[in-house]
Amino acid sequence: MTYAVQTMVDAVSVGALYAMSALGIGLLFGIMRLINFAQSEFVTVGVYTLMLSAGLWFPFAALLAIVVVVLLALAVERAAFRPVRDADPATLLITSFAVSYLLQYALVLIFGARPIGFDLLPQLGQPVLIGEVRIPRLNIVTIVVTVVLMAAVALFLRRTRIGIEMRAAAVDFRMARLLGVRADRVIAVAFGLSGLLAAVVSVLFAAQTGTASPAMGLQLALVGFVATVIGGMGSLPGAVLGGLAVGAVTVLLQAVLPPDLRVYREAFVYAAVIAVLVLRPQGLFRSAAMRERV
Amino acid sequence: MRANLPTLAALALVVLLIAGVGLAAGAVIERVAADMLIKLVVVLGLSVFIGNSGVLSFGHASFAALGAYSSAWFTLPLTAKKIFLPKLPAFVLGTQLGLPGGAAAGIAFASFFALVIGLVVVRLSGIAASIATLAWLAIVNTVLANADSLTKGTSSLVGLPMVVGVKTAALGALIALLAAYLFRFSRYGLMLRASREDEAAALASGIPVRSVRLRAFVLSGAIVALGGILQGHFLGVLSVGQFYFEFTFLTLAMLVMGGMRSVSGAVVGTVVIGMVSELLRIGAGGFMIGDLAVPSVPGIREIGLAVIMLGVLMARPRGIMGDRELRLPGWPFNTRG
Repeated sequence: MTYAVQTMVDAVSVGALYAMSALGIGLLFGIMRLINFAQSEFVTVGVYTLMLSAGLWFPFAALLAIVVVVLLALAVERAAFRPVRDADPATLLITSFAVSYLLQYALVLIFGARPIGFDLLPQLGQPVLIGEVRIPRLNIVTIVVTVVLMAAVALFLRRTRIGIEMRAAAVDFRMARLLGVRADRVIAVAFGLSGLLAAVVSVLFAAQTGTASPAMGLQLALVGFVATVIGGMGSLPGAVLGGLAVGAVTVLLQAVLPPDLRVYREAFVYAAVIAVLVLRPQGLFRSAAMRERV
Repeated sequence: MRANLPTLAALALVVLLIAGVGLAAGAVIERVAADMLIKLVVVLGLSVFIGNSGVLSFGHASFAALGAYSSAWFTLPLTAKKIFLPKLPAFVLGTQLGLPGGAAAGIAFASFFALVIGLVVVRLSGIAASIATLAWLAIVNTVLANADSLTKGTSSLVGLPMVVGVKTAALGALIALLAAYLFRFSRYGLMLRASREDEAAALASGIPVRSVRLRAFVLSGAIVALGGILQGHFLGVLSVGQFYFEFTFLTLAMLVMGGMRSVSGAVVGTVVIGMVSELLRIGAGGFMIGDLAVPSVPGIREIGLAVIMLGVLMARPRGIMGDRELRLPGWPFNTRG
């Protein structure tokens, strides 16, 4: 029983991290049809910023990471994506690949390719006892932060003018522009928001792994793409739920697979993803806007 | 198809030129040329599916990996095989084939998997298909990295006979070029390109889009597998990481930068990125000024390559060649002028 509860909490907290990655990717995908591989480097740069500011007062370090990553996201949008915005998806994709490659090797150039260990808030690693269940504080923090942030993003998208414009752009970008939505502003805000999400993910991820290495964001970004697509392309709640689902399946597989198959866990997760795509090609949570029209 | 023979001739000439320069210019350049021709095989393979169908695939590196490993099971010397991979089936452990036999086995093995996953991929449209191939790549990578008894897992499989040089690589590139050319200008290629431009209209005209896509997917998987096999027997070493994201990224970038809508684009993209990458390697590799050694700086080459790619994409979002094909002027069959 305790084991089951612990596994559940684990599943939700991993899923929460994935859900934030997926939301960051889903935002850009919805508006620009961009699969942004550089999202993985946004997270990695956040982790390196935290590593550099490890001695500082934690809230300040976290804020610094957020500022750095958001500025990076805005800079990337301005320098790399704006010039090719109207190109076809393959060109956008290769652009994001190239940006990702550039940032990753810039980190290699500055910090070297080896992982660097550091300790971000060691007290987070200690478990809390609730009854007989031992739950790491970090898991609780992850879940709480995710819920708060998701609620804030949802409010932002529903209640503010720019948020509503972003949702309109995600439904039909051309129509939104015709109705006076400014493309530059909407896309810049989307990049900023996805940078913010990446920065928060980097804080939680750094606290979890305790290392910084140049390619560490890849796994999160991959899960983010997959979650965005199986959640229903263009649907932001779908992306979040897709992320939660992938995280939960990953942790549950870890718990139920026999030990000699555990190393193949990722293969099972991605096989499940393919199965979902085949059974529900429009995603688990289909968005009305994405129906292909003729 | 005959109207496009000048294109085939021009591209074959490019391949022979690369091989010729490689043979004439000494051992270092020879390896560079062979490497470029092997990459060309892979990129041409990608172009058969991606270029004609317009559906991006991230999964083709898996076919290179599957082809390379399964051909190595047959070409490794018997003694090495018994030591490194003792759990292979007995009939594999007992046979040793040369490169042609091993390559045939590897291509058959990889094509089988391309057929299986292709059946899934062609049922999906657009981005869902791309993500399915991405998931497939992650599956193959996980399985190969952990199947120690078949691949030596995350450590390298060494001892492959290093029988591929610039001549074999050029032969491979010519085969890939011919296959890509024949497919593109066949009726299936035409139908597939019609579905790329407008899937609904293609379906309405009676084009069996799924079955045409599947043909292209398997053919392109087979060509990419040939590329993987050549690379394995060129380097003599296989590791699972060799066929993962970096491989996918570089080969896709070559295809898109050259222009994925033409066969010439695949060739031009491979040659341009291959040369730039090599020049950067020389520039960043550390050199001597008099007695002063300038050490190599890790990362500089990759950063330079990324910056150049971004620049080209901004200048030519549809790739260097766009829709155009190279043609040999004054060719006897040059009916279109």
